Amino acid sequence: MDVSRRAFFKTGIAGAVGITVFGFDAQPLLAQAGSLEISRSTETRSTCPYCAVGCGIIIHTLGDKSGNVKPAIFHIEGDADHPTNRGALCSKGITLKQDVVNDRRITSVKYRAPGSEQWEDKSWDFAIDRIAHLLKQARDERFITTDTQGHTVNALTSVGIIGGCTDTNEINYLLVKAFRAGLGIVPMEQQARI
Amino acid sequence: MTNGWTDIANADVVLAMGGNPAENHPVGFRFVMEAKRNRNAKLVVVDPRYQRTAAVSDKFVQIRAGTDIAFLGGLINYALTHNRIQEDYVKLYTNATFLVKEGYAFDEKTGLFSGWNQDKKSYTDKSTWAYDIDAKTNFARVDETMQDPRCVLQIMKKFYARYTPAMVSSICGCTPEDFEKTAEIITSTYLPNKVGTILYALGWTHHSFSVQLIHAAAMLQLLLGNIGMPGGGLNALRGHSNIQGGTDCGMAYHNIPGYIAIQKADQSTFDDYLTAVRPKPLRPGVMNFMANYDRFVVSQYKAYYGKNATKENDFGFHLHPKLPVGAAPGTYQNWSWAYMFDHMYEGQMDGLFSFGMNPVSNGPHTRKAIAALGRLKWLVVAENFETETAAFWTAKVQWLNGGKPQDVKTEVFLLPAANFAEKDGSFTNSARWIAWKYKAIDPPGDAKPDQEIIARIFLKVRELYEKEGGQYPDPVKALNWWYTSPNKPALEEVAKEINGWAITDVMDEKDPKVVAVKAGDQLGKFLDARADGSTLSGNWLYIGSYTQAGNLTQRRNGSDPSGLGRYSEWAFNWPANRRVMYNRCSADANGNPWDPTRADIKWNGTKWVGDVPDYKPDSPPEAGMGAFIMNPEGVARLFVPGQFVEGPWTEHYEPMESPVQNPLHPEGQSSNPAAKPFKTQWDALGKPGEYPIVATTYRLTEHFHYWTKNNPYNVQEQPEFFVEIPEELAAEKGIKSAQNVRVTSARGSIVGKAMVTKRIKPMTIAGKKVYQIGMPIHWGFFGVGEQQGEIANLVTHSVVDPNSFAPEYKGFLVKLEKA
Repeated sequence: MDVSRRAFFKTGIAGAVGITVFGFDAQPLLAQAGSLEISRSTETRSTCPYCAVGCGIIIHTLGDKSGNVKPAIFHIEGDADHPTNRGALCSKGITLKQDVVNDRRITSVKYRAPGSEQWEDKSWDFAIDRIAHLLKQARDERFITTDTQGHTVNALTSVGIIGGCTDTNEINYLLVKAFRAGLGIVPMEQQARI
Repeated sequence: MTNGWTDIANADVVLAMGGNPAENHPVGFRFVMEAKRNRNAKLVVVDPRYQRTAAVSDKFVQIRAGTDIAFLGGLINYALTHNRIQEDYVKLYTNATFLVKEGYAFDEKTGLFSGWNQDKKSYTDKSTWAYDIDAKTNFARVDETMQDPRCVLQIMKKFYARYTPAMVSSICGCTPEDFEKTAEIITSTYLPNKVGTILYALGWTHHSFSVQLIHAAAMLQLLLGNIGMPGGGLNALRGHSNIQGGTDCGMAYHNIPGYIAIQKADQSTFDDYLTAVRPKPLRPGVMNFMANYDRFVVSQYKAYYGKNATKENDFGFHLHPKLPVGAAPGTYQNWSWAYMFDHMYEGQMDGLFSFGMNPVSNGPHTRKAIAALGRLKWLVVAENFETETAAFWTAKVQWLNGGKPQDVKTEVFLLPAANFAEKDGSFTNSARWIAWKYKAIDPPGDAKPDQEIIARIFLKVRELYEKEGGQYPDPVKALNWWYTSPNKPALEEVAKEINGWAITDVMDEKDPKVVAVKAGDQLGKFLDARADGSTLSGNWLYIGSYTQAGNLTQRRNGSDPSGLGRYSEWAFNWPANRRVMYNRCSADANGNPWDPTRADIKWNGTKWVGDVPDYKPDSPPEAGMGAFIMNPEGVARLFVPGQFVEGPWTEHYEPMESPVQNPLHPEGQSSNPAAKPFKTQWDALGKPGEYPIVATTYRLTEHFHYWTKNNPYNVQEQPEFFVEIPEELAAEKGIKSAQNVRVTSARGSIVGKAMVTKRIKPMTIAGKKVYQIGMPIHWGFFGVGEQQGEIANLVTHSVVDPNSFAPEYKGFLVKLEKA
């Protein structure tokens, strides 16, 4: 009989089939499960961000999603229900928690002025405003409306965008929509080329 | 992948070549082991190194990096000369029967095809690389007997006759006996009830001839009847979680979403463009599905420009940018990765946005990338961690080029971005499964999700255009930014737009009085899209992923009634939830499966049943529609007319840096005649006299690219850069394991620990003793531990394949010494 972990806890709560499933009395174990850390936690289904096998993962966060609790990741494991990885992860996947909860993460906007030897912390408003002005200036200076042969081009080639393979389809689409269809940027590339 | 991860378990023979799935896709590799365990499948590994996939193989052959085409050419020749091809399949589903145009020729002495211009050193006339077209019908002529000397099969036999076991041995460095034993196993799948799969990765795509390499593998699989079969196919094991989806969604300079070629500057009218992307059928009765691209282009414009895309303005054809024409007639500007960095170095660019990319490390030729970034006015990097690219201006990185931070005038922004766990949205894996993931927590500190970063920058620029005016503000203003939270679009809303919906009632094409899709409803299938402006869809390929039934990428039904690992109700599989592509080929002329135990689809008398058919669902077998519905000829291409720049057949050319002249034509063309090195001071190529050793780069199981050097566990597992050196070479140089060695190419040098190994053996190539060494990627200047410092791409060059523009990271020349 195939008992998923979710079913295991469910039957535990129902207090029913311990002996028939396991051949021994699992009631004490099931009762103990009620006080484990996992009982106050939330499971979120996600996908490993590394290679393209696309292993299903479960992210365990502390807290039950109530408003006054700030969730914190305490464990990431393979999703046993996923048909590809069936709960397994590789040596990278099992260390995923460190990719998220890591004191090397950048948590503030960093700015480096031309010729400067250091980063400075800046606000988002500063960065968005400055980047938008630089982008508009680049577009206004070198936007190609027509070429020397009289073709309509309406393209910007002096600004490039690289990225996307680490991010979702929706982000890729937004990049294409905003930067290519909106601003006319032609140089758009990602890891697939390299 | 034409097939999927779970489908690999259906194979009888697995060829892992140009990839090392046991180490780089370890969890997907379980299905290879299942095939071995449950079907007694044979695993064959052909690779420059004896790695962990090889360790569990039934047959391993070591070849020189960059000689895969010679090996595959040998397999094609073996199949053709030993009568080990699935002839009925080949006749039905490939262009083996097609006649090739008079004038096509290949010169075995020079290694060049007809149309070569010796003065210009390029192919100036590719008109003979074509089918023989009947001027009356405009269809290609065929010879069903496949005996005509100008038919594709006969030309192919002649072309590949040169790839004898002795020639393969001379080029690749394996013995003829090893080659023949391997060929016997691989071609055993020519029987209708035997199926083989090929698994490849960047070991095939990182060459100056990578597209032709994949072409060779496709030819082999077609000759053996393995395409379209469960357990078969040609399977690219992709290296990043959503590199497939990024490609699907148009993150490439040459495509818009859905693999539709981008608009070109010399396509003056919308009709010119549509004519270019909608080919005319080349055989009677074929589906020629690309004739529908007008629907998909118009629906995409409607998604972009909304009400501002009207019939009167060709739905915004001129709002969308066009690829500028190039310097030479008939060419277009190239803005692919390596070209972009070359143009950047030449001062043609002002700014660059990098979302999760690290070109200093992951691009070819690290020092050229650093120099190019230094010529930008500004750089914006959105990242989780500080990277070599974001910090390219620091002393830690600048010393590589002899520079100082004060001299770098680039203004740099490092924006803290949310990572995968901190936002929702879908990833498309290598098997084309689009799967939704959910947000678990908020990003740390001031970090923001990318949708917010993109939206805020775009909306701020739009605001500036509205206030100040400027160059061609029309598309900036016209863009349909309809999202409920404009500064932070919900990805559910974006997913709905990618699939698309009916803007007004969409009428049935057979009965215009009947409403096919109600206004406001999500589109359910490809042909719900219309070219009249009544539908919008951001990416036609993803139609069906978010229908009236909801977001199908969230499906989690793990049942598999097929017993073939199809899992049809798990997530959504583009296209159209089809799990095996080209599956019409899994059945014979009458619609009966070649192998009833592995039936992907079959004809039940009124329709095709099983997997979602890659075919018109109710077209009977006798109508002979052609199994390759995307091709205007209705069949797969062995001979490829006009599409690839170096010829209609795959010929072995040497890597750009090679220890030998091409043994196939030692007096003629050695490397790919269409591959052209860049011309900056950084783009030096080495000669074998000074740089005699072949080098290749690869990944390790314990690290992911350049990310996990920030994770203590991964760094403990693989702490530092090393160089894998054959025992014989180490003995010659007096090098012992764990000593420091220096690897130098014409581009630069790196120092790492020697790992002296039996896993790479010396080889004899064209009568000459040749060594090869291997180097893992993964390290850099920012990370935990003391290991940081060396980037493998300090020694690679940036010559690219002339079709895909992928750089040749594998099979280049170096010298080796004690450090």
